[in-house]
Amino acid sequence: MKKVFKRPESLTEKPFHFCPGCHHGIAHRMVAEAIDHLGIKERIIGVASVGCSVFLYDYFDVDVIEAPHGRAAAVATGVKRARRDNVVFTYQGDGDLASIGIAEVVHAANRGENITIIFVNNSVYGMTGGQMAPTTLLGQKTTTSPYGRDFTQDGYPIRMAEMLATLEGVSFSARVAFNSPKNLLQAQKAIRKAFEMQLNRMGFSIVEILSACPTNWGLSPLEAKKRIEEEMIPYYPLGVFKEREIPDYL
Amino acid sequence: MGKGRIEEKGLDLVKGNEALAMGAIDAGCRLYFGYPITPQNDIPEYLSKHLPLLGGEFIQAESEIASINMVLGAAATGTRAMTSSSGPGISLMQEGISYMAGSELPGVIVNISRSGPGLGGIAPSQGDYFQATRGGGHGDYRVLVLAPSSVQEMYDLTIKAFELADKYRNPVMILGDAIVGQMKEPLVRRTPEVREPPKEWALRGAKGREKNVLKSLYLGEGELTQHVWKLHQKYERMKEDVLYEAINLQDARLVVVAFGSVGRVARTAIEMVQKEGYPTGLIRPITLFPFPEEVIWETSKRVRDFLVIELNTGQMVEDVKLSVAEGTRVHFYGKPPGSMLTPEEVAEVILSNMK
Repeated sequence: MKKVFKRPESLTEKPFHFCPGCHHGIAHRMVAEAIDHLGIKERIIGVASVGCSVFLYDYFDVDVIEAPHGRAAAVATGVKRARRDNVVFTYQGDGDLASIGIAEVVHAANRGENITIIFVNNSVYGMTGGQMAPTTLLGQKTTTSPYGRDFTQDGYPIRMAEMLATLEGVSFSARVAFNSPKNLLQAQKAIRKAFEMQLNRMGFSIVEILSACPTNWGLSPLEAKKRIEEEMIPYYPLGVFKEREIPDYL
Repeated sequence: MGKGRIEEKGLDLVKGNEALAMGAIDAGCRLYFGYPITPQNDIPEYLSKHLPLLGGEFIQAESEIASINMVLGAAATGTRAMTSSSGPGISLMQEGISYMAGSELPGVIVNISRSGPGLGGIAPSQGDYFQATRGGGHGDYRVLVLAPSSVQEMYDLTIKAFELADKYRNPVMILGDAIVGQMKEPLVRRTPEVREPPKEWALRGAKGREKNVLKSLYLGEGELTQHVWKLHQKYERMKEDVLYEAINLQDARLVVVAFGSVGRVARTAIEMVQKEGYPTGLIRPITLFPFPEEVIWETSKRVRDFLVIELNTGQMVEDVKLSVAEGTRVHFYGKPPGSMLTPEEVAEVILSNMK
């Protein structure tokens, strides 16, 4: 019988530890599929971050360095500047990228650093037990915003994909979600595109993925998917915010 | 240090910081990441001019936090890389240095130190001795620390730093100050053969081999215990690379211990008191970690009085006290930052502790 569906070559056999309904598994698979599709498994170097995403080094069958919390974009810069012919990506959560690591990601983007960032936004700190993130929605209850996020107290959720799209060094910035077959296909396209930008030496590329965290949201996997549709997408619209056609730097 | 052609530069006077940058280039380092801070700016300025011409990369990073993490990333590919800064910037780098030690990554970090705490000042100081030699960041680790006392040593020890970093897969720190960084002296620049050990652990893409992973997270039962013991054994092995300068230890009645710029002031002071008939020795640690405890221990069996001189309120003196034989009197003369020690002042301190 012909095999029509298999595990991507770029993933190891190790089963994911992620909670039921968590989208990290889908994101891992999709990144691995893009690596396989582009035939860059032997050239790629991954930069793992701190949070639920750290175990990337166990799941991807590629070279991986673990970065300190928030520093993945700076680590990836060092890797890429040392090895320009390798393909370099980071995989970071919202606390890592949009809070503690915001300086590193903004400046890597602004330098037009030729790296690809996979940004997983689930609007909460997952690994540490559900604290408020910079992307936590207004009114959202977390373990450190027990009365719901209040803009007079905590400010507003940050839209990273739009913000980074304003920087000249950015070649591609998009936001995707995994809540429907259509959106899954869009996500696959965006992740491939982000890596293609790097392969074409176009500069910094980022894909923000709206991801479910049923455990810390206190929802079932299906309810979590519904929350993405009804609460996250209205605030974090999907789409491509920047796509460079030629490697112009003004 | 280093073999090969020696190019006499005649009477060319070179600034300490520039000599250090030249040392990095001659050690084959082509990647520099840093953030401006006085009094080390000559290092990035020199390298920003020369590295691009050599096919290298210079990045003025957004912060010292980013700088050290760029070094970490470059080091992960097995490529020689460095950063330089001063006191407050080195404080910001401690997280990254801890990760580098934990992930066993080589790299060179230069601290042309200022005087703290806080913003302190830019005057010469040795207040960063504890920070450099005690690990500095979180966790049970050490970095190798080299303390140059001349422009020539700024150059030679930088080459040495890259070799030691690769040998031990560990960060190496060069601890200088504004005196050795800013003064000019004649420099003999060598063109050493760049010798690098094979780096099969490096990340260069998993082609024709299993994937490589570089990390410092160990959650499995007993894994971290084993890892930290392994690191400890490495720090013990570093003792074979202890470096120090020793003068007049045979007939000394008192031995001065001083490092870096204070070490050379002490040397002049010792020459002065020797002439007056007071036999005095000098031990100038060149590696601050590993500390030259062996020579101090051996010497203290014969010499009862040790005098530690530092540009701080007493840091290295603790290591000397831990090294000497029982019954040794360890005297201390410290000067917090603000003004430099003069040979006359040191000579006076030596004589007052000898009589």
